[in-house]
Amino acid sequence: MEKNLKNYFKLFKSTFFLSAFTFGGGYVIIPLMKKKFVDELGWLEEEEMLDMAAMAQSSPGPMAVNASILAGWRLMGIFGALVAIAGTVLPPLIILSVISLFYAAFRDNVMVNAVLKGMMAGVCAVIFDVVITMGGKVIKAKKPLPILIMTGAFIVYFVLRVNIIYIILFCGTLGALMSLHDKKTGRENV
Amino acid sequence: MPLIQSQVVDIHGWLTLTEFTDLITISEMTPGPIAINSATFVGTQIAGLGGALVSTFGCILPSCIIVSLLAWLYGKYKELAVIKGVLAGLRPTVVALIFSAWLSILVLSFWGPDGFTWDISSIDFIAVTLFAAGLFLLQKFKPNPIFIMLGSGVIGGACYLLF
Repeated sequence: MEKNLKNYFKLFKSTFFLSAFTFGGGYVIIPLMKKKFVDELGWLEEEEMLDMAAMAQSSPGPMAVNASILAGWRLMGIFGALVAIAGTVLPPLIILSVISLFYAAFRDNVMVNAVLKGMMAGVCAVIFDVVITMGGKVIKAKKPLPILIMTGAFIVYFVLRVNIIYIILFCGTLGALMSLHDKKTGRENV
Repeated sequence: MPLIQSQVVDIHGWLTLTEFTDLITISEMTPGPIAINSATFVGTQIAGLGGALVSTFGCILPSCIIVSLLAWLYGKYKELAVIKGVLAGLRPTVVALIFSAWLSILVLSFWGPDGFTWDISSIDFIAVTLFAAGLFLLQKFKPNPIFIMLGSGVIGGACYLLF
């Protein structure tokens, strides 16, 4: 991708707006990033987005910040990463600096709370939409191992509450082993 | 959250517990990751704009370093068969993890902070309707998700205020 000023500005604008709408938890940035960088701008493939989501989750720090840095780096190198960081960090910096001046009034405002409650249902729909799209693709591919990993990881994480890091390490290793096995047998299990 | 509390309230005494609780509430109400929001809030309370900048910078520096390293490694080695395998194993995992996060948000939205109960009367039906409508619109028309979020915020907000 051409590293010109216009693209840097586009990257900054994109990460800025993405960050400005990351309500209700860091995960919502995944569908927002997908819409922007994969569907609209065509700068990334959906698979790369998932890889970035995996790395963003596995690293310390807020997921949304990590994901933006990864996208920025991948798209436009080190300056891309810096631009993405600026775009991600500015909205909370601005909004919170302003709100902290009158935060008690803000926190107790009935209208604000009603709107946020409404937004939460919307965020719920947005995240679910992306999950069924991605999960659907895994199921349609009809490869048993990814489907097994997907269901297994969910049960282990949500029900058994195993630490995310162990799950990521285990599944990553499983994937690596399977791909080596595939190489030998010439099949495509993964 | 416990990490922030131990630093800000217990060790350095920059905020009282009440102020800390306010911080959490505000950070969840504003856009942006909660860690950044907390950092900015604490920074402004203690040392104004300069405090906010310093605090935010400190918050993101470890991420920047580690993630940049990961990004560089990814760029260099992603075609390697083993790495391809690792990523192939991780993709379905990520879907599962996002699904888990979604389920938690669903429970919070439909049942509120008290959590899931079998009692149907405790379900917030406005939230259910907003969710269903939003999902339908997303699947059918593929709009920008931001519109769905804003729409549900405004319409939902109005509903909650009226009923």
